Amino acid sequence: MALQRSDVEKIAHLARLGLNEGELPRFTDALNSILGLVDQMQAVDTSGIEPLAHPLEATQRLRPDQVTESNQRDRYQAVAPSTENGLYLVPKVID
Amino acid sequence: MHQLTLAEIARGLADKSFSSEELTGALLSRIKQLDPQLNSFITVTQAQALDQARAADARRASGETGALLGAPIAHKDLFCTNGVRTSCGSKMLDSFTAPYDATVVAKLAEAGMVTLGKTNMDEFAMGSANESSHYGAVKNPWNLEHVPGGSSGGSAAAVAARLLPATTGTDTGGSIRQPAAFTNLTGLKPTYGRVSRWGMIAYASSLDQGGPLARTAEDCALLLQGMAGFDAKDSTSVDEPVPDFSANLNASLQGLRIGLPKEYFGAGLDPRIADLVQASVKELEKLGAVVKEISLPNMQHAIPAYYVIAPAEASSNLSRFDGVRFGHRCEDPKDLTDLYKRSRGEGFGAEVQRRIMVGTYALSAGYYDAYYVKAQQIRRLIKNDFMAAFADVDVILGPTTPNPAWKLGAKSSDPVAAYLEDVYTITANLAGLPGLSMPAGFVDGLPVGVQLLAPYFQEGRLLNIAHRYQQVTDWHTRAPNGF
Repeated sequence: MALQRSDVEKIAHLARLGLNEGELPRFTDALNSILGLVDQMQAVDTSGIEPLAHPLEATQRLRPDQVTESNQRDRYQAVAPSTENGLYLVPKVID
Repeated sequence: MHQLTLAEIARGLADKSFSSEELTGALLSRIKQLDPQLNSFITVTQAQALDQARAADARRASGETGALLGAPIAHKDLFCTNGVRTSCGSKMLDSFTAPYDATVVAKLAEAGMVTLGKTNMDEFAMGSANESSHYGAVKNPWNLEHVPGGSSGGSAAAVAARLLPATTGTDTGGSIRQPAAFTNLTGLKPTYGRVSRWGMIAYASSLDQGGPLARTAEDCALLLQGMAGFDAKDSTSVDEPVPDFSANLNASLQGLRIGLPKEYFGAGLDPRIADLVQASVKELEKLGAVVKEISLPNMQHAIPAYYVIAPAEASSNLSRFDGVRFGHRCEDPKDLTDLYKRSRGEGFGAEVQRRIMVGTYALSAGYYDAYYVKAQQIRRLIKNDFMAAFADVDVILGPTTPNPAWKLGAKSSDPVAAYLEDVYTITANLAGLPGLSMPAGFVDGLPVGVQLLAPYFQEGRLLNIAHRYQQVTDWHTRAPNGF
């Protein structure tokens, strides 16, 4: 089932990606071509096969719940587009 | 001086034939003179490099030793470098100066390496030709009309052109091995978890792995020694002892069992590359290896599975680029959604957008089992194939790529055509295995690579085989005309 332009617009919204209107047809074709490649997976019999998430099957390590980092807020905020009083500035969310 | 390998530089610095400052100055002027033809560097850190070189010379004068002390390096521009722009080849991070060093960068700096700059790459490491970079395509020094491979294309082109002896790269689906093959280098993707990913800007976290590119296996061993090791800051770093990678380079290959997967020699492989691979096998047989045909029956399913897993992880990883905390922000956003959408639409190039879209789709409600879970099941089948093969053979050998480097632009209009070129390298990422590409000859004046794959944590075995091969062949010593 090929993606339609409306599907692509919906996925772009989920991804918060502002796509150029004029490029939508070409973008839709490219996605369908990639999904055509991906759909070759469906021919593989994987019944009873456990999914593999980590090549070495490692699980997440835990560490003691202790503070290990010092506060470097100013340093890390220096690369932000817009900050004020240690806060990140964005357009108004609630009127 | 630019012809020296890392091992020769280590000897020259140790016996005071030259200082790190002299070497660094010579290489910096060579970069200035020749890189405009190649575009292999995004940033050259001239002043900082000379400071680091003088500091390394002072450390040596005070009695310190070490193979990497005062030796030059450049990092793929996705390793965070404190105080230096880290662009990831993207407009999104064009003005991003990292506030800390990646573990790999910190470890190599501690060992005394001198960073000459940051190398060009496919945007966010997504590509096999280094054509998706915001900073323009990189040219292959063997033929300036051809691509150097990707995504570590700048790292490969710079070393191939003798701008410096070694660079770091990262490999998510072949991004060290394929450019190494396309530019006549030795490149190693270590076992997943061997080299810390901390401070490496993430593409697909369960596949990404940093590693060295150099002209010889001996140099890769030296560099990997400095890069490898457990890092508590990387949640998937593996706490496994790091052997001395240089210690067994000369070990005998007598009785080494090499598996040749029949799937690696089927349709799609350039027959001239097949001949060169067979010739390399003959050389290894002369060194005592025994060869056996094997099968990796699920290899053909690797690319479809990869193009679910990698984009899915990328869509999640790249959600952090939202125009709020770092990176590109659009002008005059009318609300928060507009801020996100336009910042990301403007900041990401076409290939990155495609992969984010594929990943978002694959992870969206109702499709997760059909795509992501299915791909992870295939991932296990691929790992099982390798485990079965390694019961009978010590290493697996085949071509690194089905074709030599293609012409610039030849595959840029058809993403899937480029994806298919990674058919031999992607399986090692899905299974997490170490893989190495080494020079094995030329087709139409373009280099050809042979790939070796080994069981987990046997990077030393790969380096040993490549080193012995490089003692009896001279492909790796050939330099491109004009460089």
